[in-house]
Amino acid sequence: MNKILLIIKREYLSRVKKKSFILMTILGPILMVGIMIVPIWLSMQKTEIQKVEVVDESFLFTGLIPEKAGVHFDYPPIKLEQARKGFFDTDYNAILWIPKNVLNGGQKGIKLLYKKQLSNAAQQHIQYSISKMLYEVMLAENHVNVDFIKDAKDKSEFTMLTMQVDEAGNDKKTNTGLYMGIGLVAAIMIYFFIFMYGVQVMRGVMEEKTSRIVEVILSSVKPFQLMMGKIIGVALVGLTQFLLWVVLSTTLYSFASTTILKGIDIKQNVAKEEVIKIGENLDQTKMGKNEDPNEMTQLWNDFKSVDIVSITLCFLFYFLAGYLMYSALFAAIGAAVDSEADTNQFMLPITVPLIFSFGIAQTVMQDPEGALAFWFSMIPLTSPVVMMVRLPFGVPAWEILISMSLLVLGFLFTTWLAARIYRTGILMYGKKVTWKELGKWLFYRG
Amino acid sequence: MSNILSAKNIVKKYAAHTALDDVSLDIPEQSIFGLLGPNGAGKTSLIRIINQITGPDSGEIFFENEKLSPKHVEQIGYLPEERGLYKKMEVGEQALYLAQLKGMKKAEAKKKLKYWFEKFEIEAWWNKKVEELSKGMQQKVQFIVTVMHEPKLLILDEPFSGFDPINANLIKNEILNLKKQGSTILFSTHNMGSVEELCDNIALINRSKKILDGTVKDIRKENRSNLIEIEFSGNMMGFTNSLWTYGKLGENWSEGENCKAQIELTPGSTSNQLLSSVLSAVEIHSFKEIIPSMNDIFIKKVGEGNSIGTQSNFTE
Repeated sequence: MNKILLIIKREYLSRVKKKSFILMTILGPILMVGIMIVPIWLSMQKTEIQKVEVVDESFLFTGLIPEKAGVHFDYPPIKLEQARKGFFDTDYNAILWIPKNVLNGGQKGIKLLYKKQLSNAAQQHIQYSISKMLYEVMLAENHVNVDFIKDAKDKSEFTMLTMQVDEAGNDKKTNTGLYMGIGLVAAIMIYFFIFMYGVQVMRGVMEEKTSRIVEVILSSVKPFQLMMGKIIGVALVGLTQFLLWVVLSTTLYSFASTTILKGIDIKQNVAKEEVIKIGENLDQTKMGKNEDPNEMTQLWNDFKSVDIVSITLCFLFYFLAGYLMYSALFAAIGAAVDSEADTNQFMLPITVPLIFSFGIAQTVMQDPEGALAFWFSMIPLTSPVVMMVRLPFGVPAWEILISMSLLVLGFLFTTWLAARIYRTGILMYGKKVTWKELGKWLFYRG
Repeated sequence: MSNILSAKNIVKKYAAHTALDDVSLDIPEQSIFGLLGPNGAGKTSLIRIINQITGPDSGEIFFENEKLSPKHVEQIGYLPEERGLYKKMEVGEQALYLAQLKGMKKAEAKKKLKYWFEKFEIEAWWNKKVEELSKGMQQKVQFIVTVMHEPKLLILDEPFSGFDPINANLIKNEILNLKKQGSTILFSTHNMGSVEELCDNIALINRSKKILDGTVKDIRKENRSNLIEIEFSGNMMGFTNSLWTYGKLGENWSEGENCKAQIELTPGSTSNQLLSSVLSAVEIHSFKEIIPSMNDIFIKKVGEGNSIGTQSNFTE
């Protein structure tokens, strides 16, 4: 068997057999599914109605506040003092007090007195309904036709449709929030994968160096084979974990949704909704807008219109190539230092571009075709994260090709660089390594 | 006898210093070759070049008259001075891995390892993690890992360090055994006692240069000091007078009638002339030439080297 295959096999098996790997593989999906299921489950559990006692001195709202968001309203004909006195003998969660002069600037005196805080949704609902009713009452009092206003509003409000036009003249409907969500999730995954497994490569190299086994191994294989074997072995561990997570999460999710969430009609895949929601929240133009029940279905349709296959392929490419490029650098650090404590000074310059690329992701989302987005999706050190953010918005093929080629070149370059530092550093002990020293190592002859 | 390994004019330079300066060696087949020298002389650099861990800046190495190439790693076994194994890995699994890296088939490696584990009576360790073993136990495992693929050339860097006397003896016998079976051993050490006991040939490296090489016998002969030690009973004065011009009295001890004296032969005189001359004067109990130990030669040669030019720094 080829020696590099032997090394890959050892690196892979020794990690996959570890208890921590098995634990992470099992706990990861449970955590992920938990994040998706628990909020839904909790909201289902909340059958308890929050009762609010409305003391309406203006008599404008009596019996009129819509019962929504799990709130029930009672309108006893009492004064505020009476209500307060008996408050703790009743099962009301809160008293809503509306002063008499509410139409003449007294609306700021509207108070909600509670024993236990009402849910945010309930509070918002109360505030929104009263505000709306006040508005309508005031219009009516001044003989303005409320229906006309409503009509005017309905006819003037719209969400702008955005369509991307390609050269063939086909229009493609776009959905910014959704794209942001997809891009962000992909970018986060690449970022964490590079970090987690890059550091694992570094630790592995250091383990070989400090335990001194490296000299025995290097009498059988070339330093480059050992380094690449480790990098590839760890990459396979990462892919295995990723794949297991996807499979386990899906299984666990479908299991959970058929048992725990039984009876609840979940039309759409919640995981996808989550993706969309992340994007929605980031898309500031949509913030604060009321959620239209049809919007979810619309989003799901949009989601299906995204070119999932090519995005997945690009994701896998940037995922792997980005990891390979960075992990070579991590391997070089592991070889250059004697102890974990010494890694910090060398870690910084490697982690800065990675963190930076993540930091500018938000800006890139706002303007995916801008100069910033363009250049940082070309530079190999930042392209894995930045390009993933841009991709769902549609990036011209030539840009993707250049970015990918540059990333491959970047990977070849860092591997060449790392191999030179690695082969010298791995056999160098008890020397405090400086940047200058590393520079010299590049020019030593093998 | 042909050479298993020849190094020709090896030069290795690092940024600030030269680790090896035009070093050439020939290691005869089926012999034990001692590579000697103070710390930092360049031994490890040379060993790493032979193991193809690093390459020389210039010069060439020949293995069985072929230019040294990656295919030869399977013919070489290497025990570095600083030993180490994967701590978290099981002993058997690890040994199999290292054997496969040396090009052995898995089944074959298993068979060989079983043989060695039985020989060293350590079968029970197979499924133990390395970190559970004592240091001496780890060394045994490492020795097995070095020899299991039956290399033609075995490179041992300070093989006895870390072993108690019983295990050191075990290892020594194994080394002699391996030589009998046809292996050649390149042996780097500071322990001159073991050099005299084991080595057929040596090379002494000091400050990146080879300053001495040859068979142990020849070297000791070449470096003899012309000192003769005579034990006798009689009168020291009469003994001294009887030396004539054949020799000069050096250090001497007397306790009543029993005396011991070191005589330095004058150039041109033979020990026979000296013996016949003193025979008539005193009663001789012993008469022997003092042959310097490898330790003496080592100290003398390295000392000579260092008195020229600046003091060398022995620490790495």
